[in-house]
Amino acid sequence: MTAPVIIFFVLAALAVLAAVSLILQQHPIHSALSLIVVMVSLAGLYLLMGAEFVAAVQIIVYGGAVMVLFVFVIMLLNAGLEERTNFSKLATFGGIPLALALGGIIAAAIAKSSGHLPPPAASGAMSSTKQLSMLLFSEFVYPFELTSFLILVAILGAIVLAQREN
Amino acid sequence: MNEFLAKYAFLIVPIIKVAILVFAVLTIDAYLTWLERKVIAHIQARWGPHRVGPHGLLQPLADGIKFILKEDPMPSGVDKIGYFLAPFLTLTLAITSLSVIPFGPDIKPFGYVTNFGIADVNISLLVLFAITALGVYGVALAGWASNNKYSLLGGLRSSAQMISYELALTLSVVGVLLIAGDFSLKHIVEHQDNGSLGLLGWNLFGFSKDGAGCTQIIGFVCFFIAAIAETNRVPFDLPEAESELVAGFHTEYASMKFAMFFIGEYTSMIAVSCLATILFFGGWLSPFPASWTLTHFIPSIILIPFGLWVIFDGIRYETIFGRILLPGVGAVMTAMGVAFFLFPGVTEVIQGPFWFFAKVFAFLFFYIWMRGTLPRFRYDQLMDFGWKILLPVSIANVVLTSAFLLWRMH
Amino acid sequence: MVPTNYYLILSAILFGLGVLAFVFKRNIITIFMAIELMLNAVNLTFVAFSQALGKPDGEVFVLFVIVVAAAEAAVGLGIIILTARNRRSLNVERVDLLKL
Repeated sequence: MTAPVIIFFVLAALAVLAAVSLILQQHPIHSALSLIVVMVSLAGLYLLMGAEFVAAVQIIVYGGAVMVLFVFVIMLLNAGLEERTNFSKLATFGGIPLALALGGIIAAAIAKSSGHLPPPAASGAMSSTKQLSMLLFSEFVYPFELTSFLILVAILGAIVLAQREN
Repeated sequence: MNEFLAKYAFLIVPIIKVAILVFAVLTIDAYLTWLERKVIAHIQARWGPHRVGPHGLLQPLADGIKFILKEDPMPSGVDKIGYFLAPFLTLTLAITSLSVIPFGPDIKPFGYVTNFGIADVNISLLVLFAITALGVYGVALAGWASNNKYSLLGGLRSSAQMISYELALTLSVVGVLLIAGDFSLKHIVEHQDNGSLGLLGWNLFGFSKDGAGCTQIIGFVCFFIAAIAETNRVPFDLPEAESELVAGFHTEYASMKFAMFFIGEYTSMIAVSCLATILFFGGWLSPFPASWTLTHFIPSIILIPFGLWVIFDGIRYETIFGRILLPGVGAVMTAMGVAFFLFPGVTEVIQGPFWFFAKVFAFLFFYIWMRGTLPRFRYDQLMDFGWKILLPVSIANVVLTSAFLLWRMH
Repeated sequence: MVPTNYYLILSAILFGLGVLAFVFKRNIITIFMAIELMLNAVNLTFVAFSQALGKPDGEVFVLFVIVVAAAEAAVGLGIIILTARNRRSLNVERVDLLKL
């Protein structure tokens, strides 16, 4: 049990617990806080893998802007507690075991294929920010420009949606 | 014993540094509140705290005791998780942001070379921005969890202000990143170290021997204005102004939780001042070129007369306690000044942190000076300024800096 | 070093939990958050493979996924605000008729 594996298990357990908490919480604001915990622990995992820029972008953009948007909307809409409706018994007693079985099969398939994946390379040696930006602006410049256009369209869409009917 | 220490030094040394840093930061926060009250009072032609100890120096202690002993009521109907999490989050994030700041060059206590900050990561600037981005949650949660109209309005306004100015903050730093080529704060300071140019080598002026520097005055002005808006200080403090929204997002917080918000705000003020000195003012570098070795005695030249003045002022003070304490403090300062003068080794080590703290102190004084002088922005003026003026100017700074650097490279 | 499998299994678990949240919750905003959770799980897979193969291409894709998720969150939440205003409820089971 080397130190990276211990750190991985701690962060992974935190992420899974927070995701379960997202399902179990009754108030959407607590679900939002759980999702923020998931994102921060995933950023920790990215740091563990040596992808430092992606980890920072994950916290700054995802955790610091997208989730703030969610939290604002929940506060503005005054989203109350979830209402109870009747679950169909079939969905609960048949669905959850089936979903778990599906998850178990996928996990077993992944675990069994350990011989076919290439071993992890030395972390940090490949993914410096400079390399990332060289790649982003040379090979991926077309998707990059498209995403900036996408953001522009999203801003315009949000403004149009927010206008009141005159 | 020595092998044990040597093997686990990488764990023990940061723990010691964290303990020193937390203690130092909390003390500096407390005396920053004292300084703020005195400076604003003198700007407004009154005394400020001067009863609780000589010159009011024990006022922070009295405030601390008050915060601990006061009743901490929790209103009914608050959302318990958010109510307890918000001040804790603000304080934790503010103090964590100080862990990546290098306060001086590498030091060698007992032969163990270590960084003068706690963590020397190579994305320290991004870590600081990430922590700033997460700081919005403390304010938004506090406003909403308090179950109070005024808190909610203040919290929403304050967090909207913070995320708007965060964009200008990060963009105004891109010019510095282009010049230094690295996210690590230590490398950014070392890049500004142009031997014989001293002051002019700082990123503010941007002269450098190989021509790879560009003046960052526009970047600095944008950064500082955005930083003031981020920390919710005057003139951008409408969300927590007393005459507007009772007390904004921390209306329903009392004693210890309010103290956590308070300390968090002052600590983020210190963090932002540290960041401004590192990015634009050369961090721990002396403004004089390295060849002028006589300037290494400036700490002594400042400390000795100041210590003597405190002694002379203290001897004639009104209260007996003051007549004991003030000359004692003055004597300690004079002794320190003389020690720096007599032991050249100590002077060399002290140089970096001395200049760093002098510059940070200048920024903090500027913050307090502005609080005593300027009126505050109205909320729509504030948002207009952030989006329509500050953001385009930051982007223009990025474009100009990169154009200049490209031109220089040919 | 942590084997790549561990990251993939964690990503599958997170994705499954996201699907569970999507299916079982009734508040539209929570359902939206489940979509974000699924996108995060996919990001983790991208970065895990990027590290395993030693190329930074996966991380570039992660940046694109984050940008698309941000744009989608903005527009989606705008639509949610409008729908909630019209129907006065955030419960998806109430939005089952075209008539208000």
